[in-house]
Amino acid sequence: MPAREGTYGLLAEFDTPSDLVRAAQQARRDGWRRMDCYTPYPVEEAAEAIGFHRNKVPLITLIGGLMGLVAMFALETWVSVLAYPLNIAGRPLYSWPAFIVPAYEWTILFAGLSAAFGMLALNGLPALYHPLFNAPNFRNGATTDKFFLCLEALDPKFDLVEGRKYLESLNPVSVVEVEY
Amino acid sequence: MATSETKPKDVTIDPATGEYRVLAPGQTFKSVTEKIAGIVLTPDTPLGWFALFGVGGAGATMLLVALTWLFLKGVGIWAITQPVAWGFAIINFVWWIGIGHAGTLISAILLLFKQGWRNSINRFAEAMTIFAVVCAGMFPLIHVGRPWVSYWMLPLPVTMNVWPQFRSPLMWDVFAVSTYATISVVFWYIGMIPDFGTLRDRSQSKLAQFGYGLVSLGWRGSVRHWMRYETASLLLAGLATPLVLSVHTVISFDFAVAVLPGWHTTIFPPYFVAGAIYSGFAMVLTLAIPLRKFYHLEKLVTERHIDNMGKVMLATGFIVAYGYGMEVFMAWYSASHWEAFMMWNRMFGPMGWSYWVLVSCNLAFPLTTLWVRRLRTNMAFMFFLSIVVNTGMWFERFVIVVTSLYRDFLPSSWGTYRATKWDYMIYAGTLGLFTALFLLFVRFLPMIPMNEIKMMLPSAKITPKKTAEVGD
Repeated sequence: MPAREGTYGLLAEFDTPSDLVRAAQQARRDGWRRMDCYTPYPVEEAAEAIGFHRNKVPLITLIGGLMGLVAMFALETWVSVLAYPLNIAGRPLYSWPAFIVPAYEWTILFAGLSAAFGMLALNGLPALYHPLFNAPNFRNGATTDKFFLCLEALDPKFDLVEGRKYLESLNPVSVVEVEY
Repeated sequence: MATSETKPKDVTIDPATGEYRVLAPGQTFKSVTEKIAGIVLTPDTPLGWFALFGVGGAGATMLLVALTWLFLKGVGIWAITQPVAWGFAIINFVWWIGIGHAGTLISAILLLFKQGWRNSINRFAEAMTIFAVVCAGMFPLIHVGRPWVSYWMLPLPVTMNVWPQFRSPLMWDVFAVSTYATISVVFWYIGMIPDFGTLRDRSQSKLAQFGYGLVSLGWRGSVRHWMRYETASLLLAGLATPLVLSVHTVISFDFAVAVLPGWHTTIFPPYFVAGAIYSGFAMVLTLAIPLRKFYHLEKLVTERHIDNMGKVMLATGFIVAYGYGMEVFMAWYSASHWEAFMMWNRMFGPMGWSYWVLVSCNLAFPLTTLWVRRLRTNMAFMFFLSIVVNTGMWFERFVIVVTSLYRDFLPSSWGTYRATKWDYMIYAGTLGLFTALFLLFVRFLPMIPMNEIKMMLPSAKITPKKTAEVGD
């Protein structure tokens, strides 16, 4: 990521999830797009309020699962039929019903790993540094009991003075400027 | 329901349902965070923790000694021989992995069923799963005799050009158990990431901030992240559910696919899975009851949790009872001489005592007492019961493994089974290892998921109107 300077955004703090959701809905209605909410636990209404409805984790999981299924079944078939054919009590080399169990397990294994790592990748994690950690009140509350709305400087509507005024009209506990 | 049974003014009872509340009233986001994070972040480790850790550590050391001797001398130091070629190692393997299954049931299946009460207990139940799988996974590895070549079980392109034989249930086990261990660890870790973020932000010491900061992966609680996180959690739960059912099914195939009376039966998969959950819930109770007492978690792990777990045990206990009944019925209905003899020998043979231990511990005692709500919410009683069921379930595997093997088709090859001190040392050693690992977990990781508890608090409710200030 290129080094950035200046303002990352304006961070408004709220005491209750309801205040945050109302503020986010209002901001979305008023045309703000580059914004995000920060909460100590998942607040679905806040995600809806900023227009985040669906994500790609299920698709990644499906693809991962299918890859695991195909990979294991193909491996078993190749090993049993071509690489190392063994006559086990006269059963056919391609004894597919017996191959189902490991293939089933690998479907779950690959799907689960895809879900977990896909989620982290889509979230851009790990990201040990983030400008928001510079905000004095963010680390005090964002993971404990406070709710934040951040209007980002990348939004075309963003202006330091106007944005702060706008956020203060939403009745937050405080508004602080966040620097890179 | 039965409100009149208990004191009507009790604040821990929800007047609407007559059930115990899942969380005691008066919790806030801050109080929950401080309670749970405080246990981890305090610089003062309770003395009792050190005492117990000493006991667990001593057990783990004994395990190390026994394993060293085993690797030097081979599996001949165990009691296994013909005809009982599977002994403690397999019994302990099945017992431990069964215990692990309740953790996955709580974290995955109850999540899919939207059982909110599970939130208080799912983290340490998952930890229990992982440490139980650690203990379980060790047994097949040391049982193969040459553990240093156990990588042969993996489909690796080694120089000898030898490949695994995929038609064997023992091979299926390798994939089932390794997948189970991996997915359990991933599910557990993913679940802890937001709580690591909380610990990072709450901790005062530089070292803790650095350590928890690293494992939190920089979690900052963005709602976009949360939504993907919730999707991934739900998907992992959806994947772990068929996985947990398949793991004990595959383990039961290890037995059921063999043509041995006492093993060769189609009831095994469901009966093994139910037994696993039965013993696993017993172990969750064994851990939860002392934990909530010593760490004063009564407001987060309430009577409701203990009560509900008692109900789950009652249900799974009856499935297990059905399994036992079916085994006896089929021994008669099959009209097979061998089957009938196996069952007679299992009940009244020289090792018949083990069958009656199993019946009293798994059926007679729990399935008569768990009906009573007063007993289900009595902590001392439930703790005692959980130990009894754990014992009973260990004997179930003993009965399945040993009493099916020691008197097989040919009377001239009949034998007996008497465990050696190494068998006992390794079994007791895994109990020590489990205790030590669990105590480390309790000390260094958040044992109750803070974010999931917060979702259940009344203050988490989104109110549409400005006027409604929910104070709690």
